[in-house]
Amino acid sequence: MSLRLSTAPHIRSPRSSTRLMVNVLIALTPSAAFGVYNYGLKALMVILVSMASAVLSELLWQLITKRPVRIKDCSALVTGMILALVVTPEIPWWMIMIGSAFAIIIVKELFGGIGDNFLNPALAARAMLLASWPAVLTSHIDIDGITKATPLAEGAYSEYSYLDLLIGRIPGVIGETCKLAIIAGLVFLILTRTVTWRIPTFTVLSAFVMAWIVGLDPIYTVLAGGLIFAAAFMANDYTTSPMSVHAQVVYACGIGIITVVIRKWGSYPEGATYAVLFMNLLTPLLDRYIPHKVYGHKKVKEEKAHE
Amino acid sequence: MTVTFKRGVHLNYSNKKATRALSVRDFVSEEVRLITSMHIGAPSTPCVKKGDHVLMGQVIAEPVGFLGIPVHASVSGEVTNVGMIPYIGEANVQCITIANDFKDEWVELKPLGDVETVDPALIVPAIKNAGICGMGGASFPTHVKLSPKPEQKCNVVLVNGAECETHLTCDHRLMLESGEKIIGGLRAVMRALNVDKGVICIEDNKPDAIESMQILAARSQGISVQVLKTKYPQGGEKQLIEVVTKKQVPAGKLPIDVGAVVVNVGTCAAIYDAIVYGKPVVSRITTVTGCVKEPANLRVRIGTVVEDMIGACGGFSEEPGKIAFGGGMTGLCIPNTDIPMAKSTNGIVVYNDKDARSIDEGPCIRCGKCVAACPIGLNPYLIKRAADADKLDVAKSLYVNDCILCGCCSYECPSRRWLTASFKIVKQKLAAQAKAKGGNAK
Repeated sequence: MSLRLSTAPHIRSPRSSTRLMVNVLIALTPSAAFGVYNYGLKALMVILVSMASAVLSELLWQLITKRPVRIKDCSALVTGMILALVVTPEIPWWMIMIGSAFAIIIVKELFGGIGDNFLNPALAARAMLLASWPAVLTSHIDIDGITKATPLAEGAYSEYSYLDLLIGRIPGVIGETCKLAIIAGLVFLILTRTVTWRIPTFTVLSAFVMAWIVGLDPIYTVLAGGLIFAAAFMANDYTTSPMSVHAQVVYACGIGIITVVIRKWGSYPEGATYAVLFMNLLTPLLDRYIPHKVYGHKKVKEEKAHE
Repeated sequence: MTVTFKRGVHLNYSNKKATRALSVRDFVSEEVRLITSMHIGAPSTPCVKKGDHVLMGQVIAEPVGFLGIPVHASVSGEVTNVGMIPYIGEANVQCITIANDFKDEWVELKPLGDVETVDPALIVPAIKNAGICGMGGASFPTHVKLSPKPEQKCNVVLVNGAECETHLTCDHRLMLESGEKIIGGLRAVMRALNVDKGVICIEDNKPDAIESMQILAARSQGISVQVLKTKYPQGGEKQLIEVVTKKQVPAGKLPIDVGAVVVNVGTCAAIYDAIVYGKPVVSRITTVTGCVKEPANLRVRIGTVVEDMIGACGGFSEEPGKIAFGGGMTGLCIPNTDIPMAKSTNGIVVYNDKDARSIDEGPCIRCGKCVAACPIGLNPYLIKRAADADKLDVAKSLYVNDCILCGCCSYECPSRRWLTASFKIVKQKLAAQAKAKGGNAK
């Protein structure tokens, strides 16, 4: 009989990286399903093409660069799915493929792969697509098939009731319209301890308060556009969000406030994408300057907070 | 009211079910192997030789140095060997083997009498002479803990009955079955330190123990029960002190510097035996669980060999892959089943081959779960990066020396990174470095 020797702990949490990613995929399913229900098979095609090309890009990149192949962790599937859910179902198949490959290769792998990217891959890809093909990306179709402006475009404010916004009877991208489906996914993530409640809650809360301050309809602001989706699935991205509790609150409030600022004063009706990307860039700073207080130390000394 | 500390982890305690409801049963083996380094500090010096006949409770190894405590024969019988055996860690340790004659003939015991009437000045020496060290796993000599410097004033004695580790139920059973000994031992400590406040701290997953200790505490002077939220590492000394006294032990300082002394429930019961009956530490309760046929809480003689204890529990239920002294989060792996348990061995957990398999490290995904788990408030992912690059000074500036090696970060890490393991190595290297520097300075 030979006994193994190892250092404690001898037990590990059931939440492995792969398990966490699968949880996110499960949480995204209601939103995806609602998108397919709304827009039909073309939405399903966009989702599948996006996920497949994300995984393929990662596989090819890792094979070409002779790095360990890590597609089994399912993180590429998550990126592909999130990207598909934040674009219009009208997007051509080649365009979503470019977006997916950009997310994986340029935003994630070039910076060192999983854990080392400083921007949310799906969001950066959406921003890239938006800048490259603005006309295609902003053509939102109603569930009746008529192309309409997003509920955030000027003049559209009165057109939709809160209920429409909540259940997704509005034009929009594949996965962002039905807030109930998104919230269901988020609740699943919180209950399975995949993510914590802090970032989504403070994002939405700060947007609500900020909208109220600047004179927008707070409820409408929260329910319209991609804010709730961004709060639930993007702001929460592990790699690009801060770690300590207070830094997370600052980060989340930053997203909420910037979103409203862009919506109120920016030339672009939707702000959540850029708000999240902007706060992603601040994440390393927030982590450095707002760490947890160390037990038994009066104050974390500044010079010691460096790496 | 239930209280708790910041962060930490919620563990699955279903592995306690196997032994939680079973009464402690006695087990005495044919042979005991008493190692001389059961406590933190210099090993004791054997004062018996092969062929000697020893009585139960007889001193067989004399204490050495300030931290030293004696070792007592835990059975009566003949010393069959005094030699070195391999033990946990790399170094061999000195061991005295005694063949049990099953007569349990005690040496002449010198009881001090009732804990309420004994001269307080006699209590701490009696604790030292009884060979008592922390029975919760730390094995720090108790008499040292109870000998504060004149400028240090103790205000409260905390009794640690949290038992936040997985698998273990020995403290739980002790509270249920020998609660009056815990109270008596606590009273002795309170009187020795001239303190009028004692708090017994128990996690809320042991409602029966809370109830029974509350009844006993109500009859004693100055003793109360504090219910703690079930969360790991609630029973960590620093966490316990923060929760009950609302004060943090400053880095590099001791609990006594914030006026607190923490004693494990098992240690309290041993103190009671030492004062009231004059008995040294010759036995303790150890949880034997995991892949054994009949998991149990065994009251065994100190020095009982692991193999005998597993035999007393019906043997292995499946091929063992790993055996550890202590619970799932902090247990120390043992190299083989020939080695004996010691005064601080609170549990023997047998893992099957599947659970023992080593796990490959994945890349850090910066999920922050280690940061969210660390009860000390460290950034484990950054320390690990420094440790992997062997940058000891960076690790030190990230407060690795404040790490209590609780294992929370490793437990939570979805990439299964060996965080705690590498911090342990870094801490050892830093300690060696500091020692070398100190040596040069002289």
